[in-house]
Amino acid sequence: MTHRPALTARQAGLLSCHICGQLARPPATGGHALRCPRCNAPLHLRKPASLATTWALVLAAAILFVPANLLPMMTTASLLGTQHDTIMSGVIFLWQSGSWPLAAVVFFASVMVPLLKIMALVYLAASAQRRSRRQPLQRTRLYRLVEFVGRWSMLDIYVITILVALVQFQGLATIQAGPAAVAFGAVVVLTMFAAMSFDPRLIWDPIADASPSEPPHD
Amino acid sequence: MLAPDAHPLLPADLIACHECDLLQREPALAPGETARCTRCGALLARNPPDSIDRSLALACTAAVLYLIANLYPLVGLEMQGRRVEVTLAGALHILWHDGMGPVAALVGVTALLFPVLELLMILAVLVPLRLGRASPRLAPFFRLVRSVQPWGMVEVFLLGMLVSLVKLSHLATVILGTAFWAMAALIVVLTLAGRAFDPRLIWQTPEQASTPAPTATP
Repeated sequence: MTHRPALTARQAGLLSCHICGQLARPPATGGHALRCPRCNAPLHLRKPASLATTWALVLAAAILFVPANLLPMMTTASLLGTQHDTIMSGVIFLWQSGSWPLAAVVFFASVMVPLLKIMALVYLAASAQRRSRRQPLQRTRLYRLVEFVGRWSMLDIYVITILVALVQFQGLATIQAGPAAVAFGAVVVLTMFAAMSFDPRLIWDPIADASPSEPPHD
Repeated sequence: MLAPDAHPLLPADLIACHECDLLQREPALAPGETARCTRCGALLARNPPDSIDRSLALACTAAVLYLIANLYPLVGLEMQGRRVEVTLAGALHILWHDGMGPVAALVGVTALLFPVLELLMILAVLVPLRLGRASPRLAPFFRLVRSVQPWGMVEVFLLGMLVSLVKLSHLATVILGTAFWAMAALIVVLTLAGRAFDPRLIWQTPEQASTPAPTATP
């Protein structure tokens, strides 16, 4: 890696459009609600209120994660009686019925991913707020991972949709969605919004401020 | 709301990394090459060969597949001589009337509405480009594509269907419908279309390519 002076757009007094990448200089008069000269998207130096928004959404997701895992995800009524299933008991059922690869996929997508995502976003937001200069590259990679993997948590919502729609044999077996489905869907949506509102450039800003001519130590 | 002072004022190949804000020159890319940020490794630009023709062909294919995937039944179930088949819209209908309005809305938006919106916007951008009418007026459509993209989750939906079918396979005979295979193909084609498309084409209007960007007073 070449250690030449790293100049960021912010240090150069430039705004970069997050849609088309156009660089623009803000007017000297200041003013709000700037727009990209090329694509007319709203221009911001950083995503507005990035950290506060991320914190609020992550907190809401963390709270909803509890009912999502404790309440029943689905209710099966069959000739054998009524059975309530949480996310975890669904995973255990898949494991015991021999399809352990799918059990692993569902466990990973529905339990591990939301949990790790909340923890990762807390870490990213906290370290950006403390203006930490440690391992910016690793933290950027973590952010990319969070953004990429988040959508796969929707898996359980889709499983429920298909199960409820298909198992409608009145008198034999019916499946209904439980309250955890709403909570879980909210967790997925909230964490996705939280990841979108976090601005990865905040990870790199303290490094530019501290020593514009030195490379980051990672 | 438009800020006339926010002019482009720099060499056309100067770009800021959208993840770490580092200013750098965008290298000239041979077909098939990609440019990454020298500091954080973020993907800055791609130069897919034959971009417009390929992505247009793939987007048209995707449109046809999308129609099939939504008109024909996705999956079916056979149990003691009774047979149930559902389309995606049918599944949403059942879920909605089951008191799971929010979940049905979430599934409808992510598996039905946003994929088609993304497809329509891609076509709205590509068709004028193919006809040689690149214009900044395409920008709002492209902005919509970018904001809708993370929420289209057809591939997660397909995996969710597989999981639910495995769960049901011990209970009844599972039938994979026409729409299931159309959806599987749709995922592949949509991914390829996204890869084939070069977003820089939208901004390369004729006048911008020939003259350097004007230097503005700050």
